[in-house]
Amino acid sequence: MCSTCGCETGEAVIEGGSSDHARLHAACMPHSHAHDDPVGHSSARILRIEQDILAKNDAYAAHNRRALAERGIFALNLVSAPGAGKTALLVQTIRALGAGCPICVVEGDQQTSNDAERIRATGARAVQINTGKGCHLDAHMVGHALAQLDPPRHGILMIENVGNLVCPAAFDLGEAHKVVLLSVTEGEDKPLKYPDMFRRASLMLLSKIDLLPHLDFDLRCCIDNARRTNPDLNVIGISARSGEGMAEWFAWIGKGAQLARAAGGAQAPAAPLAEWSVHA
Amino acid sequence: MHEMALAEEVLQIVQDTARREGLRRVHALWLEIGQLSSVEPEALRFCFDAVARDSIAAGARLEIVAAPGKAWCEACAEHVALAALGEACPRCGGYRLRVTGGTQMRVRELEAE
Ligand SMILES: Nc1nc2c(ncn2[C@@H]2O[C@H](COP(=O)(O)OP(=O)(O)O)[C@@H](O)[C@H]2O)c(=O)[nH]1
Ligand SMILES: [Mg+2]
Ligand SMILES: [Zn+2]
Ligand SMILES: [Zn+2]
Repeated sequence: MCSTCGCETGEAVIEGGSSDHARLHAACMPHSHAHDDPVGHSSARILRIEQDILAKNDAYAAHNRRALAERGIFALNLVSAPGAGKTALLVQTIRALGAGCPICVVEGDQQTSNDAERIRATGARAVQINTGKGCHLDAHMVGHALAQLDPPRHGILMIENVGNLVCPAAFDLGEAHKVVLLSVTEGEDKPLKYPDMFRRASLMLLSKIDLLPHLDFDLRCCIDNARRTNPDLNVIGISARSGEGMAEWFAWIGKGAQLARAAGGAQAPAAPLAEWSVHA
Repeated sequence: MHEMALAEEVLQIVQDTARREGLRRVHALWLEIGQLSSVEPEALRFCFDAVARDSIAAGARLEIVAAPGKAWCEACAEHVALAALGEACPRCGGYRLRVTGGTQMRVRELEAE
């Protein structure tokens, strides 16, 4: 839990963000304090709650989505099992597209800022979130990371989630799409074992296809498995190493980025843009 | 792991409610968990017991009500029951299904004083 306000940062640490976090919270958290116990209130009663378990996260996510949309930023949430090649893919993507369109990255890992450093080595801006014991990013952490990054209008935001095919599925971050990576060194049945993640993704990237000649991975079977839970899933086979399939991936990003820019307005906005991070 | 994250969110909702309503003790809570939500009720119960141990909801009874999975089958043009994600339409055996129910995860009620 965030020590400043009791909000749900968990144990997450946002690189370079502690003082900013404190400042944000001082301004935005009117705590409701417990009142004295009402007298003669000893009997149990039933309270209707009727609230989604993830309602708080969803409110932060909606805010992130709005702040991104107003700026015409195309945001993707990259998810996979550990080691499927998310960071390698991002590095190659920035090298290819970064000159034409600013790409900012939010990196999520339990520990280390290695991946953010790999991204920064390309010249792109990146903020690392360390989730500690937490096994997924949540929308509140991402809001604070966005306040750090302040990604420019009409750019692209890539969020590399913690390597995990379970928990990140349920936590909306405010992205336009989830992109799930599955490397061909994993099993064809991963989409059946983790159907929720594949159901929520718009695109599946079958990664490391340069290794196919050495494996007996059945691409067709894997795609069929994924489309069992998500009949409309787009699929692209890619290799960050050989470059195969990357043009198709770039085209997919380009289309989304163009739509986001058009919707976000090419002109300077009339009203001030929404703050990056608020506490709903 | 998934259930641990959710249990923490449930506890947060309980604590927010307790602060707002001036509750001193939570005896029981009712959750509605969809059959297609990928939540294991027993794991959630275990995790909630653990995270609530030193809280206002320590030892509270967790009642989990299951909500059935439902999907729209394009081939049948009909709503069908779906027991798990990735399963075929029970009528036609096809997979062109769109989930329409059973993914919810809600806190419905508390019994407290
Ligand atoms: N052969 C091959 N290896 C790759 C490819 N992409 C990533 N890797 C390797 O897979 C390992 C994990 O990659 P990384 O990008 O760190 O995965 P992440 O955990 O998903 O971010 C590293 O050793 C990479 O060099 C690829 O396209 N082909
Ligand atoms: Mg990585
Ligand atoms: Zn906070
Ligand atoms: Zn059918």
